[in-house]
Amino acid sequence: MPLALQTFSTVADANAALKAAGTRYLGGGTLVVRAANEGDLSFSTYVRATDPALGRIEISGGKAKIGASITMAQVARHPQLAILAAAARAVGGPAVNNMATVGGNLFAPAPYGDFAVALLALDATVHTGDTAVSIDGFLERRGGGIVTAVSFTLPPEHSFRFLKVSRVKPKGISVLSLAAVIEEGTDNTITSARIALGCMADRPMRARAAEKALVGRKRTEDGIAPALAVAAQGTSPATDAVASAWYRSEVLPVHLGRLLLG
Amino acid sequence: MAKVPVQFTLNGSETAEFVESGTTLLNALRDKIGDTSPKGGCHQGSCGACSVIVDGELKLSCLMLAETCSGADIRTTAGLSDGGVLHPLQRAFLDEFATQCGFCTPGMLMAAKTLLDHNPNPTREDVIEAISGNVCRCTGYEPIIRAVLTAARANSQNAA
Repeated sequence: MPLALQTFSTVADANAALKAAGTRYLGGGTLVVRAANEGDLSFSTYVRATDPALGRIEISGGKAKIGASITMAQVARHPQLAILAAAARAVGGPAVNNMATVGGNLFAPAPYGDFAVALLALDATVHTGDTAVSIDGFLERRGGGIVTAVSFTLPPEHSFRFLKVSRVKPKGISVLSLAAVIEEGTDNTITSARIALGCMADRPMRARAAEKALVGRKRTEDGIAPALAVAAQGTSPATDAVASAWYRSEVLPVHLGRLLLG
Repeated sequence: MAKVPVQFTLNGSETAEFVESGTTLLNALRDKIGDTSPKGGCHQGSCGACSVIVDGELKLSCLMLAETCSGADIRTTAGLSDGGVLHPLQRAFLDEFATQCGFCTPGMLMAAKTLLDHNPNPTREDVIEAISGNVCRCTGYEPIIRAVLTAARANSQNAA
């Protein structure tokens, strides 16, 4: 089927064009052109928006807002987004890293979408034109028009952790990926925990039982043991070429332990 | 299907062509413009054989639409040699036996060139990272890593 590209200077016009049947929004191309190359016949028209706002990073007052067209490489080299550098670098080899966008990663199906896992742990807000929704709600339905940006509060130093588990070094597809924001009181007791998992469902998900089990505990082997015991609650990992569902479930507590104690 | 004009600089030369809307940069380069140095491997972004340098950054030409490259500066392996004299990376790939079947070589060369353009004195780890998106099923990678390090040394000696 012949394909065509429609380019619009505003997000509003691109959103209007996307109401037509057979259209798909084109970000960095690593998901959508890939799908077309693979023979996906569900769309015949790429729609893109070139609004400069999609390519901006704004950081002020402890908050960050990253335009949806910002690439993983741009995040990785931004000095004020150093906490996200590891998660951004985890996406693809250098070429994919230069193309894959922050907005696109929110739509990446498992086993992809490592950066979205980090955003989920950070309790990011997803902006779609005039509206803004929590990333938890966004990931449930992945709709509501073109994603224009994500924003989040920069976490206190050392409270954010990210780990991608892959069998191929230095770059490979995830067995699973994990991210967490752990806040601790003056006596090192955990006061709040937000843990996100990649590859443990068809999209990034929270490890809510583990989060609950961590509050009031300390980051020691004994302290985190109850959280590890319930880490896989609610998960439904896929079996794919990278790992079986059984393997992912078995190794999840091990890697969550490394994330929390590392 | 309507054709659209694309215009960019390819290996230093102004290039203009009409392509069908939605054509990938890889297909435009190979089928319309006649630069067959980027290879179509997986068309999925997994193998790196189609890698080209767009405005100084390594990109996958199989996942880019030609129309989105208007005005860009595009470099491919076809433009590496200078009047029949091999680029130091090409020379090193030959000398170090870093090419066997040769299918991955253009992509490897583009990944290596991007690295050396940004980092003239890379470590072994830098080289491994730089070619981490490029698959080679012949060499086992070691000869390629050696070749890139050799080319970097040759460049720094020439510059000294």
